[in-house]
Amino acid sequence: MSDATAKEILYRIRRFEPTRDRAPRWQAFTIPRVPGMTVLDGLWTIKQTQDASLAWRSSCRMGICGSCGMLINGRARLACNTQVSEIDAAVIVVAPLPNFDIIRDLVPDLSPMFDAHAALMPYLIRDDAREQERPTGEFSQSPQELERYLQFSYCIKCGCCMAACPTYATDPVYSGPMPLAQAQRYNADGRDGGFLRRRAVLGGERGPWRCHFAGECSRVCPKGVDPAKAIQLMKRDLVWDYIRLRKEQCPAAVMSKPKAGTRRPDIPEPPPRTV
Amino acid sequence: MLRVQGFPNRLGVRGWVGGGRWGMERYLYTLHRLTGLGLLAYFLLHIVVTASRALGEGAWARAMDTVSGGVFKVGEYLVFAAFAFHAANGIRLVLVELGFGVGRPIEPVYPYKTSLDAQRSLAIGALAAGAALAILGAVELLVLR
Ligand code: SF4
Ligand code: SF4
Ligand code: FES
Repeated sequence: MSDATAKEILYRIRRFEPTRDRAPRWQAFTIPRVPGMTVLDGLWTIKQTQDASLAWRSSCRMGICGSCGMLINGRARLACNTQVSEIDAAVIVVAPLPNFDIIRDLVPDLSPMFDAHAALMPYLIRDDAREQERPTGEFSQSPQELERYLQFSYCIKCGCCMAACPTYATDPVYSGPMPLAQAQRYNADGRDGGFLRRRAVLGGERGPWRCHFAGECSRVCPKGVDPAKAIQLMKRDLVWDYIRLRKEQCPAAVMSKPKAGTRRPDIPEPPPRTV
Repeated sequence: MLRVQGFPNRLGVRGWVGGGRWGMERYLYTLHRLTGLGLLAYFLLHIVVTASRALGEGAWARAMDTVSGGVFKVGEYLVFAAFAFHAANGIRLVLVELGFGVGRPIEPVYPYKTSLDAQRSLAIGALAAGAALAILGAVELLVLR
């Protein structure tokens, strides 16, 4: 366990400057230890006080934007969401997320992940484009229908799951846990009718069949998205579809508005429209 | 989109092994692959040995002589143990990959419970079944024979 009473903390950081280095190298920094500091806070301290050239991505500092995924003491996690005190080691070892090329220092090239994500059409696919452009009402959805995909919609696209997946480590063709979980997020959405279009990708070599439930994606996911679960449920849907047992989902219709009614006297009128 | 040529950082087979902090299912995943490759190697050897019969009775007898030593007996048992694990874990994987035992999507509340926790008893059951089969095989192949 890192010593919580120590005044200083040692960071070992994997550096790579493409115009100068032929391969990544390690560099050590000792910085003051402050109560409540996150691994990201430590990186900022190093940048501000010791080496302004240190590069990484971060933005929100609160586990929302998904920018700061890194390999911290051997585990893919968010730097802003990881307290120095919770790391079970005397040294904080920070490296870029593996399974992605390194652009510089701690900045991975996530574009293969986003390409795979885009190829799986992560949006509602419906025939009524006009209704989607100019909505006349809401698509109906019960709380039970919402639950079928809500967990998967919490993904912040940080890439930690991709860095932890042993299949993605050896197989660049595999789409990986994030894109697949997002495909399932839309396949399971009652307002979507795009299963057959996504199936064209999912049924092939980029689909979920190379996953064998090592489960690392779910173990490291900082948002509890459980991509391994999404992928296994997706496989079930694909098998059911193959043996013609899958019930075709008709995209949910626009809910009709209540036609007539009398306003209860205890409900005030809405304020006048401003736009 | 801007494309840059970065430094390759894919883990490759090192990604199968991982560090010492991975969970049980990660080790089962790796063991499943290793036992699968072991069984494949055995099948190839098996084909080579049985093919010797086509070269005459003498060649067959020599081949059988070569593979009946003590080392091969233990090797044969290891193949059986690999089969026992691969079969039991394979049944778990078939069930899990058909969406059984992984639970339904839930609202993620920290500390997160995942599909790994949901299917853990299935994983332990598969390991126990594989171990029981391997012990029976040890009694039959190494003690009774
Ligand atoms: S599933 Fe989890 S680990 Fe993977 S990109 Fe989304 S939030 Fe990150
Ligand atoms: S469950 Fe599948 S996607 Fe997740 S880490 Fe394992 S192999 Fe990769
Ligand atoms: S800085 Fe936004 S998730 Fe860490």
